[in-house]
Amino acid sequence: MDKLLIAKSEPLWNTDKRIISLISGLIVLLFALPHFGLNSFYLHLMIMIFMHAVMAQSWNVIAGFSGQISLGHGAFFGIGAYATSFLYVQYGISPWISIFLGMIVSGVAAVLIGIPMLRLSGHYFAIATLLIGISFQVIFQRWEWVGAASGVWVPMTSGDSLLALQFHSSKMPYYYIFLVFFIITFFLVWLLSRSKLGYRLRAVRDDPQAALSLCINVSNYKIIAYVISAMIMAPMGSLFAQYILIIDPDRVFNIEISIIVLLITVLGGIGNVWGPIVGAAILIPISEYSRIYLGGTGGAVDLILYGLILMLICIFRPEGLISFFPKNILERKKQR
Amino acid sequence: MKILSVENLSRSFGGIKANNDISFEVTEGTILGVIGPNGAGKSTLFDLITGYTKTDNGKVSFFNKDISGLSPDKISSLGIGRTFQKLKPFADQTLLENVMIGSFVKEDNIKKARDKALEIIDFVDLIEKRHHFARELSTGQRKRLEMARAMAIEPKLLLMDEVTGGVDQKTIPGLVELIKKLKKSGVTIITIEHNINIIMEISDNILALDQGKRIAYGTPKEIQQNEEVIDSYLGTVDAT
Ligand SMILES: Nc1ncnc2c1ncn2[C@@H]1O[C@H](COP(=O)(O)OP(=O)(O)OP(=O)(O)O)[C@@H](O)[C@H]1O
Ligand SMILES: [Mg+2]
Repeated sequence: MDKLLIAKSEPLWNTDKRIISLISGLIVLLFALPHFGLNSFYLHLMIMIFMHAVMAQSWNVIAGFSGQISLGHGAFFGIGAYATSFLYVQYGISPWISIFLGMIVSGVAAVLIGIPMLRLSGHYFAIATLLIGISFQVIFQRWEWVGAASGVWVPMTSGDSLLALQFHSSKMPYYYIFLVFFIITFFLVWLLSRSKLGYRLRAVRDDPQAALSLCINVSNYKIIAYVISAMIMAPMGSLFAQYILIIDPDRVFNIEISIIVLLITVLGGIGNVWGPIVGAAILIPISEYSRIYLGGTGGAVDLILYGLILMLICIFRPEGLISFFPKNILERKKQR
Repeated sequence: MKILSVENLSRSFGGIKANNDISFEVTEGTILGVIGPNGAGKSTLFDLITGYTKTDNGKVSFFNKDISGLSPDKISSLGIGRTFQKLKPFADQTLLENVMIGSFVKEDNIKKARDKALEIIDFVDLIEKRHHFARELSTGQRKRLEMARAMAIEPKLLLMDEVTGGVDQKTIPGLVELIKKLKKSGVTIITIEHNINIIMEISDNILALDQGKRIAYGTPKEIQQNEEVIDSYLGTVDAT
């Protein structure tokens, strides 16, 4: 009896002071960082890390939490990118509004794709999403109304404009916008992982048959995860479009986007809320530096490097780099 | 009051009639034991009742409501819990998390769901293992995990497939006590058992199957004296 009382008095999750102060410290540091005289390259590097961490987190929700491997997640990035650029160019709608429109369109697309596709089991879903990702690119390459292969050029405002989400004098505003999205996304996904929904998604991932015996409608939950995932991805497409101001199908529907989110997540730790941060913080600098030193797109060398990293991780650290952190600090449940 | 009624249930796999025209009823608050040699169709019967396998023919009613053809999640939502012969724990999650996934069915609040899961884990006597991953538990402990998880959805009817099979002999008395405790708490139980002593001890009624057919149905006493059961089943096992 008293053992039960002790168990009930345990905190619901880790309230370890060390981890809380570590996270708060990091947040403060990230907000202060641009004032330490970061040049524009480092600002760009940080922006890319924030963006890719969120994109990888999006993938983590569908693949890590609910166990469905999507290989076409770039589609939702592209939808987000086109939503803001196209609506601004065509109708003058502020990107701040169309970020949400892009999320809604992505969510609806995820429902429409998910209903037939998530009935397919594991590998077939992966293959189907790969083809969907590619077909989005092909459709946008041919679609005259949205600029076909030449894409959308967002007209530059004369100066910095918060309303038009364009900043030309410095990358700093972008840094803070991406940072805020990054923090909000991770906070919400952390809440998700601790909620009833999070528990049920992991049940679907670990054993769909057993989940069914616990009143869980497995196909509905897979679709819910897919929609959430798509809605996390879209705003990154939107912000990226505002960041570079010229988008085209080759860039925002690129298969590489679908691959890199997978790489980052697997590298950092799939199914772990913190995995995508670790993965992005390591892979993105590698990618950006290889672009510099190996020219243009980094040649094929960065791809070879990615492949090598992925192989090493799968062999030696299948739980990702996050597993190097002391477990009892990260998650209470792992203590004995 | 009749909680479950099964009428003329049939299901074949290729040429094998795994369930052949099975009928029986279960009264609320009782334990029905299901016996039969390997391959008799016991687990198939569970899969048919819980919607995991589609029926070829026949009807299953729960509280007089026809539930045949419903999906497994719908059927569990109505209040039918089950365990699996081939265990299906959420292996990469802790015992507590496994049971919480069940207790979230009736409880949205995470703290309340956690506390309820802890009470059930305490009920199955595994409180000290609550933070262990399911894959780290022994077979007997994983069977308790499945029972606890199924109990967490607060089922009115609980189907248990060989919870004493393949476990350490020492843990069997504990499992038997657990089933009795469960019955006292008001849950109706159908349990598949190979251990004939246990089944005689705990059951109010027994259903005997052989090669997909119902060969007997009655109280433990009646079953013990049934010629056909003795021939096909008890004869091959030590019945004392
Ligand atoms: N999914 C399936 N596909 C093909 N045959 C099956 C399937 N499920 C069961 N069977 C067959 O149906 C028959 C009954 O199997 P079932 O598992 O119901 O028996 P059981 O009484 O539970 O046996 P045991 O005591 O070994 O658990 C067996 O001959 C089995 O091979
Ligand atoms: Mg069986």
